[in-house]
Amino acid sequence: MSPLLEITGLSVRSATKVLVDTLSLTLQRGERLGLIGESGSGKSLTALAATGLLAPGLRASGSVKLAGREVVGAADRDLDQLRGKAVAIVFQEPLTALDPLMRVGRQIREPLRRRARRDGRPLSGQALDAAVLAIMVDVALPDPVRIARAYPHELSGGQRQRVAIAMAIACEPDLLIADEPTTALDVTTQAEIMALLDRLVRDRNMALLFISHDLPLVASAVEQVIVLRQGVAVESGPVARVFSEPAHDYTRSLLSAARRFDAALEGRQ
Amino acid sequence: MSDVAASPNRRRGIVSLTLMAGIMLVGLHIAIGLLTLVWLPYEPNAFTGGRLEGASLAHWVGTDRLGRDLFTQLMIGSRIALTVGLGAVAIGATIGVSIGILAAFASRWLDDALAATLDILIAFPTLLIAMLVVAASDTASLGSAIVALGIALSAIVARLTRILAKRVLVMDYITAARTSGSSWPKIVAIHVLPNIWPTLSVNFALQFGLAVIAEASLSYLGLGAPPPNASWGRMLQEAQGTVYTAPLGAIAPGIALVSLAIGVNLLADGLRARIDAARTLS
Repeated sequence: MSPLLEITGLSVRSATKVLVDTLSLTLQRGERLGLIGESGSGKSLTALAATGLLAPGLRASGSVKLAGREVVGAADRDLDQLRGKAVAIVFQEPLTALDPLMRVGRQIREPLRRRARRDGRPLSGQALDAAVLAIMVDVALPDPVRIARAYPHELSGGQRQRVAIAMAIACEPDLLIADEPTTALDVTTQAEIMALLDRLVRDRNMALLFISHDLPLVASAVEQVIVLRQGVAVESGPVARVFSEPAHDYTRSLLSAARRFDAALEGRQ
Repeated sequence: MSDVAASPNRRRGIVSLTLMAGIMLVGLHIAIGLLTLVWLPYEPNAFTGGRLEGASLAHWVGTDRLGRDLFTQLMIGSRIALTVGLGAVAIGATIGVSIGILAAFASRWLDDALAATLDILIAFPTLLIAMLVVAASDTASLGSAIVALGIALSAIVARLTRILAKRVLVMDYITAARTSGSSWPKIVAIHVLPNIWPTLSVNFALQFGLAVIAEASLSYLGLGAPPPNASWGRMLQEAQGTVYTAPLGAIAPGIALVSLAIGVNLLADGLRARIDAARTLS
């Protein structure tokens, strides 16, 4: 069976710079892959390129095959069909990932309704409402009936991110891309969201592309990891090996920075 | 979180003094405008008194040089001003929002071309564009004045829409909607338009005020509604020659025009303050 996501020699260029340089990766169904690197290393661009959602000024070359279909150079009309079911994204900042003027319940309802209609089994209004509540329970949102009627600004950061995750899994995607999903959250909430993502990915047998600069977080969430630096993949392999025997200087510097941070934290306690 | 959530709701209940004054002034004109549809003190074109009479119980603000009741004409003027304002804003909004959304989605060179065209159009005074449009149509009528002002206003609306839409389109929730396979028309309908509407609506209120004044100017120049339609602008123009002997004929339509323009501006200001307050809280 062909891999779910197969990126071969992907480059992303702006008018003046190469932002991602001949990157290749493969992701099978149910696999978890981490993409790590500092800000501006091209992690998020890779995710957007994988779904054909690059900003107009950016050009992708190479090949991205999502569920066997070529994404680079494909028309939006063809990709719309693919996007709803093959892939969904959870973004870093849950406040901007939710429409500020739409009730939370409706934001989850839209992708649900679309997915159901595409599959040729359109749901009635009541069935949709029930499905929205079921998903909200699944992402452990407290008091779903009340929250479904709330606007995003009335929720806490963690609740917002749960809503964003609910919207993503409402599409029943085969691949979930999580783009720094916990960076905007406090540490306790981070742990809860990571546990939630872990459970959802396992329960629904999704593949996970986890993008982060937070090494311990990546280590806990994925099996394989790719280290990006200025758009170039400098190292890749199983998490345990890359973190215990880093082969590249850049990976070593990332690791030692993370260790120094840990040490500083422990020293203070 | 619940205490934070409660405060905008509490604030929503309070209508500021500005907004209240605006609603009352505009509401007065709307009430008068509606009243003219069912009742008028006199036949608008009947010679019901002496020429250039002063204020009296029979003629509250006197009569014009033909002996027609000025108060009746003022009332009809309210209806005409509101009709022109609403019509011009409706046309300007339809054309402007369409072009603005188109520009926000357009490829870079088309967007640049549209933006430059709009900037050039905006550089011309609204009134000048409206006069050109009226001149291009065969006869001056209420309809041509409305269309002319609508077209003149559309450039400003288009530029604002373009910028607002662009700001919404880069938000993550748009990308999220696209990831889940939502089409562009659907995204415009359920995400872009609702999110740019608050700012646009304030702008529409301001444009309404501009249109009312511009209609008076057109009528003053003889390019608005032709006689016997009683437009405030035409009343001002007709009273010009007799301003020293019968000043009320010029003062009354002037006050009517200013009160509606101020009312609309207060309304817009009050709306903006409320939207800003809601935004800061969220």
